[in-house]
Amino acid sequence: MAEVLYVAQTVVIVLLIVVPLLLGVAYLTYAERKVIGAMQLRQGPMTVGPWGLLQPLADGLKLFLKETVVPSGANRGIFILAPMVTFILALIGWAVIPFGDGLVLADINVGVLYLFAISSLGVYGIIMAGWASNSRYAFLGALRSSAQMVSYEISIGLIIISVLLTAGSLNLSAIVRAQEGLWFVIPHFPMFMLFLASMLAETNRHPFDLPEDEASLVTGYNVEYSSMAFALFFLGEYANMILMAAICSILFLGGWLAPFGFVPFTWIPGPIWFILKICAVLFIFIWARATLPRYRYDQLMRLGWKVFLPLSLLWVVVTSGVLVAFDLLPR
Amino acid sequence: MQAYLAEYLPILIFLAIAVGLAVVIVAASLLVARQRPDTEKLSAYECGFEPFDDTRGRFDVRFYLVAILFIIFDLEVAFLFPWAVALGDIGLLGFWSMMLFLGVLTVGFVYEWKKGALEWE
Repeated sequence: MAEVLYVAQTVVIVLLIVVPLLLGVAYLTYAERKVIGAMQLRQGPMTVGPWGLLQPLADGLKLFLKETVVPSGANRGIFILAPMVTFILALIGWAVIPFGDGLVLADINVGVLYLFAISSLGVYGIIMAGWASNSRYAFLGALRSSAQMVSYEISIGLIIISVLLTAGSLNLSAIVRAQEGLWFVIPHFPMFMLFLASMLAETNRHPFDLPEDEASLVTGYNVEYSSMAFALFFLGEYANMILMAAICSILFLGGWLAPFGFVPFTWIPGPIWFILKICAVLFIFIWARATLPRYRYDQLMRLGWKVFLPLSLLWVVVTSGVLVAFDLLPR
Repeated sequence: MQAYLAEYLPILIFLAIAVGLAVVIVAASLLVARQRPDTEKLSAYECGFEPFDDTRGRFDVRFYLVAILFIIFDLEVAFLFPWAVALGDIGLLGFWSMMLFLGVLTVGFVYEWKKGALEWE
């Protein structure tokens, strides 16, 4: 009986994470269109509902009622599986994210490693889609996308190592608690900037959205997809953005911690701070999309391998050297 | 051991719910929306003309090269994870052994760079 109760309780908590997350994804697309609209002196969506607030729901309903086209040359099973893989992986990363002190579904002691593994698996959804579609644009888009994602994953990994050295734990809650005196964005500021750029590349966003290059690849790996199969890619991509923003807040911006440890700031509960930080990072995603022109593919690979990789590796060596030399290591 | 594994049970439940959600979303749309496939609609998109042949032909060898380099460096990162957490306990010996390892790796990296493995024209 106790087991059944435990499972039921966990299911409720999972739904409490997933439902707001999917709503968040829907309204992130709305926020993106509104913010970019404002940056270009337009209004953005205004027709459906007051201030266009029902636009994401209308978009979702439209996609839902479309025909699911599976191309004749495609591998049917893998073709349908690919968007599901992307979507599932974008969701399950949230299992270890601490929303507040103790507010975490699975407080595992290797949280960072889990997130790193989940984001590495993200390549599979894309490469499966590109391969199974049996279409040139999809195939080229998938190749580019996976090469780009694996390249930037290395720099993300090395940046995470620098943070781990200072925090001394793989547990996400412990990493946040280690920032109580000083957020890691201050000592690791160069790595914070590298992380922002790498997460844009890792989620295939502007200015690194080469896989979806409209001008040369139509939309890349998801060109053959329609209806809810396409919507799952879309949801997955935006859920990944929010997940990366959450990881960024946890690693560098002190997770649920208030910016200052005294009264007017500590009145606001931790989860609110966490959500505010996620929104701030998401704003950077959108801002970058509205401001920066797209990179060329060779520039993108050069930036990843010849700039980010050596810099982040150097920072790992410097950080560990300083911590060892001045005996500042945690514990 | 049992308690240790129990921490992962919520993740398993989360995974099951995510899988269920993905399947339900696609299946519901398949059932509700009108499906009327025809040959033209089902052919692969290639800017207006008929697809010539199967796509799974040759592609640029540099994508393989990126994959191989990725394996080397990603393993290195995986190797750094436990080191980063345990550095406080393993002392100077641990520190210098990792520096030696990173040094060897950097030599390989410089070699790749000089050989032009990282060039995309």
